[in-house]
Amino acid sequence: MELYRSHVLVCAGAGCISSDCQAVKKSLLDSINRLKLDKEVKVVETGCMGPCDQGPVMVVYPEGVFYRRLKPADAVEIAEEHLLKGRVVKHLIYQTPETGSAALTFEQIDFFNKQTRIALRNTGIINPESVEEYIARNGYQALGRVLSKMTPEEVIDLVKKSGLRGRGGAGFPTGLKWEFSARAQGKPKYVVCNADEGDPGAFMDRSILEGDPHSVLEAMAICGYATGAGQGYVYVRAEYPLAVQRLNLAIRKAREYGLLGENIFGTGFGFDVEIRVGAGAFVCGEETALLASIEGRRGEPRPKPPFPAQGGLWGKPTVINNVETWANIPPIILNGADWFAGIGTEKSKGTKVFALAGKVNNTGLVEVPMGTTLREIIFDIGGGIPNGKKFKAAQTGGPSGGCIPAKHLDVPVDYESLTELGAIMGSGGLIIMDEDTCMVDLARFFVEFVQDESCGKCSPCRIGTRRMLEILDRITKGRGRDGDIELLEELGRGIKAGALCGLGQTAPNPVLSTIRHFREEYEAHIYQHRCPAGVCKALTVYVIDEEKCTGCGRCAVVCPAGAVSGVKKQPHHIDPEKCLKCGTCMEKCKFQAIHTL
Amino acid sequence: MKSLDELDKLREKLQAEMRIREGQPDTRVTVAMGTCGIAAGAREVVTALLEEMKKRNVKGVTITQTGCAGLCHYEPLVEVEVPGGERVTYVHVDGDKAREIVLEHLVNGQIIKEWTILKK
Amino acid sequence: MSSVNLTIDGKPVQAEADATILETARRAGIKIPTLCYLEELNVIGACRLCLVRVEGARALQPACVARVAEGMVVRTNTPDVLQARRLNLELILSNHPRECLTCPRNNNCELQQLAADFGLEEIRFEGEITPYPVDDSSPALVRDPRKCVLCRRCVAVCEQVQGVSAISVQERGFNTIVAPAFLDPLGSVACVNCGQCALVCPTAAIHEKDQTAAVWAALADPQKHVVVQTAPAVRVSIGEMFGLKPGEVVTGKLVAALRHLGFDRVFDTDFSADLTIMEEGSELLSRLKEGGRLPLITSCSPGWIKFIEHFYPALLSNLSTCKSPQQMFGALAKTYYAQKAGIDPADIFVVSIMPCTAKKFEAGRPEMNSSGYQDVDVVLTTRELGKMLKQAGVDFDSLSEEEYDDPLGISTGAGVIFGATGGVMEAALRTAYELVTGETLEPVDFTAVRGMAGVKEAAVNLNGTELKLAVAHGLGNARKVLDAVSSGEKTFHFIEIMCCPGGCIGGGGQPIPTNTEIRAKRIAGIYRADREMPRRKSHENPAVQALYKEFLEQPLGYKSHELLHTHYEPRGQF
Repeated sequence: MELYRSHVLVCAGAGCISSDCQAVKKSLLDSINRLKLDKEVKVVETGCMGPCDQGPVMVVYPEGVFYRRLKPADAVEIAEEHLLKGRVVKHLIYQTPETGSAALTFEQIDFFNKQTRIALRNTGIINPESVEEYIARNGYQALGRVLSKMTPEEVIDLVKKSGLRGRGGAGFPTGLKWEFSARAQGKPKYVVCNADEGDPGAFMDRSILEGDPHSVLEAMAICGYATGAGQGYVYVRAEYPLAVQRLNLAIRKAREYGLLGENIFGTGFGFDVEIRVGAGAFVCGEETALLASIEGRRGEPRPKPPFPAQGGLWGKPTVINNVETWANIPPIILNGADWFAGIGTEKSKGTKVFALAGKVNNTGLVEVPMGTTLREIIFDIGGGIPNGKKFKAAQTGGPSGGCIPAKHLDVPVDYESLTELGAIMGSGGLIIMDEDTCMVDLARFFVEFVQDESCGKCSPCRIGTRRMLEILDRITKGRGRDGDIELLEELGRGIKAGALCGLGQTAPNPVLSTIRHFREEYEAHIYQHRCPAGVCKALTVYVIDEEKCTGCGRCAVVCPAGAVSGVKKQPHHIDPEKCLKCGTCMEKCKFQAIHTL
Repeated sequence: MKSLDELDKLREKLQAEMRIREGQPDTRVTVAMGTCGIAAGAREVVTALLEEMKKRNVKGVTITQTGCAGLCHYEPLVEVEVPGGERVTYVHVDGDKAREIVLEHLVNGQIIKEWTILKK
Repeated sequence: MSSVNLTIDGKPVQAEADATILETARRAGIKIPTLCYLEELNVIGACRLCLVRVEGARALQPACVARVAEGMVVRTNTPDVLQARRLNLELILSNHPRECLTCPRNNNCELQQLAADFGLEEIRFEGEITPYPVDDSSPALVRDPRKCVLCRRCVAVCEQVQGVSAISVQERGFNTIVAPAFLDPLGSVACVNCGQCALVCPTAAIHEKDQTAAVWAALADPQKHVVVQTAPAVRVSIGEMFGLKPGEVVTGKLVAALRHLGFDRVFDTDFSADLTIMEEGSELLSRLKEGGRLPLITSCSPGWIKFIEHFYPALLSNLSTCKSPQQMFGALAKTYYAQKAGIDPADIFVVSIMPCTAKKFEAGRPEMNSSGYQDVDVVLTTRELGKMLKQAGVDFDSLSEEEYDDPLGISTGAGVIFGATGGVMEAALRTAYELVTGETLEPVDFTAVRGMAGVKEAAVNLNGTELKLAVAHGLGNARKVLDAVSSGEKTFHFIEIMCCPGGCIGGGGQPIPTNTEIRAKRIAGIYRADREMPRRKSHENPAVQALYKEFLEQPLGYKSHELLHTHYEPRGQF
């Protein structure tokens, strides 16, 4: 590495790639070369920094100035003004949503300064393609320390004491899992990283793999030492090509440095990692399905026990943890169990990464201590609900999770509290909904997802989720019947009790939790043929308020179906027969004269 | 990588280059890079500072730049601020002076008084 | 294996430490319903009808998979258990065309039985039924995916017992289907038509292709002289279709029933089985003497023939060139018998009653026309014959026993044992021994080649030459023997291979259920029938002797080659 007076970190997470950070980066590099700053300023591509809706973003060090929503021309300006002359380009920095006041640096932005970044400690800060940058930030220190100074039992004990629980969904204590595998008979043993992130909207695992791949490799090697495994596999979906590429590079670099392979740190311990690319089936995130897939069989779950720690890959003891869990391991080793256990709540230690999405001002990736309230995540970090709308519910845990209504905004987010409310921690999808969201429609969306992703092996999930979808479908179409809610509840309970794997056992959660917290919405759909949020098209009638209508005629112009009629300057009317319920008229009306019934 | 010691050594070497992203109170060397500074040769000063720091393996120093300081006739200006210490401004710096500043001020901790204008 | 103590429904039971809850409960006389479970072959916990409550466990456990443990407390009939099972069955039925009255498996369907046992009164879910078309592309088997409950028993049998893997689970979720790869039609893939899938199917999702209509039509046609042959294995299983015990020998009633249906002549495949021994035995002796390709492998089983054509084409020249007894019969019925009876072979209609679905394919092979006509016109399985008899109102058990017609109905015990694994080998040895040594064999039993062991090896001394023999049944076992032969690991002179477990008595056309226990009873019936025959060696069959004298002249002679021998062709693996 060379010494530079300035580092410019360009976020190359998927969100920023979509908003064309590559063009911004190219423009920046061109300008730097043109200004002959290339020996002084280093441009680093990093993994996801988190604030995805602000992309493309970059940070200029040493000042830590955060620029966002950049276009290639902005990069020219930043190079000429900031990099050359040291003048911050004010109009490109972040402004807080409520006050509109400008925040110069990371530290001044709530989105960042309310976070505690353990799993994401390097993501967005280092160049993920540089093992040197990882090492500079204490990378592989934990592995070195474990191999040189600790016994496998001590490592397991440390992880147990830290209280770390699996970040992939069910929250099983990680140290216990390691211990089971360490004690299990059978050789060879394996270590597997579950990177088959499949919840709609969730991307924490991808961001870690893309932004800090070595942290996962280091953790797997530590586990290998602790459990007696010499081979690891990372199972990652083919939809994550960048993660695959960076992992491959990371594995190669780690081998070059002797951090993977034979005789690591001269201790005689050997460990290597291979990548297995999956086809992206949601069910392959279920551990037994994932293992089947690695073995080259159809990716579907099998009944447990035996658990993977006893009989996993090829029937051998296998530790399988998800990406975020792995990323927590090196800091735990370095900072100690007490440090980690000091963060979070009594039963849920450490932090959790969430993919914040939906109707919230700051969408993106955030990491907060366990026990942080939903309110803090949504309003302090997330910047609240856009357009002055009311918060309605938060959906956690994706298709396996549930909805938490406004009255529970102050619930501390940990495994137990969420489960109590009928939701789950899950892998960290967090979707915020405002008053315009129909909860029946939302439940329908998730059930459609799981019934599509069901592997088809066990009958409750294969057929039950389809039947739930059919019932939800008819409710949203205005053909709901008396008894449908009860039938959904019965089906939901039955599928939870009867399905073979975690996917099926949690598939009814979105339905059951929305019935629990928003039963009146279901009833409105069924008994009054009304969608309170105005989402379900079949139940929505668009009308023009004669009082408010000025007769400007804009609605009639934009209506694709010619359903709006009226004389200029006179109140207009919508023909419900012709209306397609697209909502364009309502969107375009400047006088809020159009509403739904 | 043959041992933990080896990793430690490598880490220390690499950390110097990464400190810039820590936002820690390092010794800060600020070069004024307004039009005036650039015209007077501030670019050459920056290059010289960086090269010398690299040569002498100086750690814990960040080089930053600023705009016109309002002292155009003293350009190029270089400001050195050690955490907890006073802020020292060197004037009419050129490449050779920059290298000397690195050696004396940053490495040996000696301010080269004759090149400075002392500030509060 | 140490044993553990547990209680099931309050009853203390002891079990081996690795036993499942299901096995343990069954031994204790507690019935737990199952659908996808197939002992040792398909233990996947998919149908969720065997759910039980294990105290202390978070979720209900599938009894078929869950293992017992010391001190375990199991409940099989608590309200939550019954409720969960019931909902699962209701869901399965909601995705099943409820056409029981017109279904081929009406009254012999596990799903129907479960619905009755559960006392379901209503299916509250009226959604879509997974829409896949019926696949009748195969000459032997019909797939009806709408009726499939995705228990995967067929997949397990095809893969694990037969080593064929012609069908597999495809697609996902509600669209999941068991089908040949790429959803290709069954008739176009490396399916050997053995029908073991149909035997284990709990419903009518895969069943034999029904050809009874063609037989009824022939019987009704006054122009046609309809002759029927019955395979050895049918006489020990057809009774099961009428509530008789598995393995009961009902040869005489079978003949009477067929005559009652209106067949002009009732003949016996046992006759051509004896003939096969003459031809195949001679072939073995000639290969031994003249240094022909060894080991010689039997060729009676059409599923096996298609298997070797697909998967071991390099060994095709090891196969005996003899046609199967069914095809020898067909060729002779339209030549020798036609001549003898003075009937125009064009008017002769040959029907076979076989325990086998693959025979339907074999009869349709284009080369099976050495009589100048398709040698066998229609093949019915044991099950199809049972159906015809029921349609005709035959009260099977009360029929008086009758005798087969001459001359193609005359046989020996050696012909009967073709129906059990090891039978062809034993029959061949009975004849070869006497022909080579010139001594009378006593006793005639070669027990070393009998029984249910998957691969049986034996050696016999024929005049100083030690013959090494192997017998395999089930194509998975066949693979073991063939691989050992191909690799040079083992050397044999003569190998008998039967496609189906247990031999023909376990064939894919046999009454349902057919399981290990029932197979054993049918095998016992076969050997009982053998013992009761006055003649037990093929070369002593007077009708066969007459056939050579009047028509064929000698084994492996010119006419034999023309009518009784065939050739094989390699087929692709897919």
